[in-house]
Amino acid sequence: MNNNSKHIKLNDNEIVLGILNNSSSTLNFLYKLHFPMILQLIINNNGNQDDAKDIYQETIIVLHDKIKRGDFELNSKLKTFIYSVSRRLWLKKLNQKSRFFGDINDFEDFVAVETDIEQHEEKDKQFLLMNDSLSGLGEPCKTIIEDFYINAMSMQDICEKFGYTNADNAKTQKYKCLQRLKKIFFTNNQ
Amino acid sequence: MESEIDLIKKIEAYLFQELSENEKNDFENQRSNNPALDHKVVEHLNFLKNIQAYGDKKSLKAEMDQIHAGLNLSDITHSVTETSSIIINFWHRYKTNLAIAASVGIICTIITLLSTGQFTKNSQNSNYSALKRDMDNIKKSQNALIRGYDVSTPNKTNNHPSQFGGSGFALTNNGYFVTNYHVVEGADSVYIQNNQGQSFKVNIIYIDPTYDIAILGISDSTFKNLPSLPYTFKKSVCDLGEEVYTIGYPRDEVVYGKGYLSSATGYGGDSTAYQVSIPVNPGNSGGPLLDNRGNIIGLIKGKQTQTDGAAFAIKSNFILQSLDNIPEDSLKKKLNINKQNNMAGLSRTQQIKKIEDFIFMIKVYNKD
Repeated sequence: MNNNSKHIKLNDNEIVLGILNNSSSTLNFLYKLHFPMILQLIINNNGNQDDAKDIYQETIIVLHDKIKRGDFELNSKLKTFIYSVSRRLWLKKLNQKSRFFGDINDFEDFVAVETDIEQHEEKDKQFLLMNDSLSGLGEPCKTIIEDFYINAMSMQDICEKFGYTNADNAKTQKYKCLQRLKKIFFTNNQ
Repeated sequence: MESEIDLIKKIEAYLFQELSENEKNDFENQRSNNPALDHKVVEHLNFLKNIQAYGDKKSLKAEMDQIHAGLNLSDITHSVTETSSIIINFWHRYKTNLAIAASVGIICTIITLLSTGQFTKNSQNSNYSALKRDMDNIKKSQNALIRGYDVSTPNKTNNHPSQFGGSGFALTNNGYFVTNYHVVEGADSVYIQNNQGQSFKVNIIYIDPTYDIAILGISDSTFKNLPSLPYTFKKSVCDLGEEVYTIGYPRDEVVYGKGYLSSATGYGGDSTAYQVSIPVNPGNSGGPLLDNRGNIIGLIKGKQTQTDGAAFAIKSNFILQSLDNIPEDSLKKKLNINKQNNMAGLSRTQQIKKIEDFIFMIKVYNKD
């Protein structure tokens, strides 16, 4: 996979299509294509490699979600979009850390991405909430929920994995877990 | 009221299509009749979506982490920081300062050059002066003479505020003369005047500004051919220390000056000229430079003002070269250079007596 992705060259349209269809080689290509640019942006503006990694991955998630939502239109270059999102995210982070000494040193064009960032922040909040709720749920509930709802395992497999006597028992256990998770989630959400 | 867990059971069963047809219809009826139930169903579906999104994001992150782990970070960082970060960063940060510093430098340089006089072409040559004579001070006497000989232009001469003069000498006996280009530069009309005070109108038939040479041709019908020329043009280069003399018109009378060849190059290393140690003054420009035997070796053109006895003369072979460059059709009469020297054995005074008939004052009239 790695070797292949080194040789293929995708244009912006092909990348969008690939992301839409969960192509991991496309993600691999995209990730490697623009990471140096973002690394340069972050390092030039009081950041380090880890900051660059966080910002870049968050940016890819923004792009990914936007493409998945189906409202991604290529009216600017993908590169410009990625740069703009990373730039905005990094500005926010700098502001939070109050390490910000004026304007950012730009070396690329950028476009306004405020709405995308807002949507992303909303989603991120939900993500963190779910993450906290699942952590608060404890085992085996957490794994059962993840296996069933995320990894799409069958109840039979889950039953065997956790050593329940039959699938119905496992199912009851799953419902209990789900109920508790909802409770934690909605309590925290208030 | 059903317990929460039963509700979840029911919703999930509905969702995963584990209900019988009847149960399904029943449930759908309940949903449409009971808004509270419907709300709960929607909420649950949303919640499941939330879990799904959480899972998606997590796996995407895991995938990216894997890709990231495969990157050669130090290489990328190196390329990014080496090639652009340091230089571009430096440039971005200090470009204003650099621009200001550069402008200050440039302005200082220009001011220095201007104030020391290194900048203008004029002041660069301030050491050098062409020996053309401004004849304003002697205009009146000149005008009188011209009126006497050129009836057609008595009024015209009065209208000409600036007049200049220099020297020139005959190339042939049939009406060709040579002088400096700077003497006749910008001229409206040019006259030559011999040592008896007779003036003749001439045309400029050829100029060579690089060598500062101008060739004049007679256009006056009153001009009578001169006797055959007593001098020739020397083609080879003269040796340093050779005794030379010149005859010219720094004033209204012909003036003799004597000196020696002091350098094989002219002002600023100009290889087309000699440096001559000889007393010359404004008006000597265009005069001949002769050696002991009466050969013409050069054409006086200027002197260095800050240095004693450094005059310059164009080498005679460049005069001959200029003659070769004259287009055939601008010559009305034949231009044959004399090859017979009649003065070799004569004493200096006799040479001068012979030669002064062939040396003329050049008078230049400008419109402005």
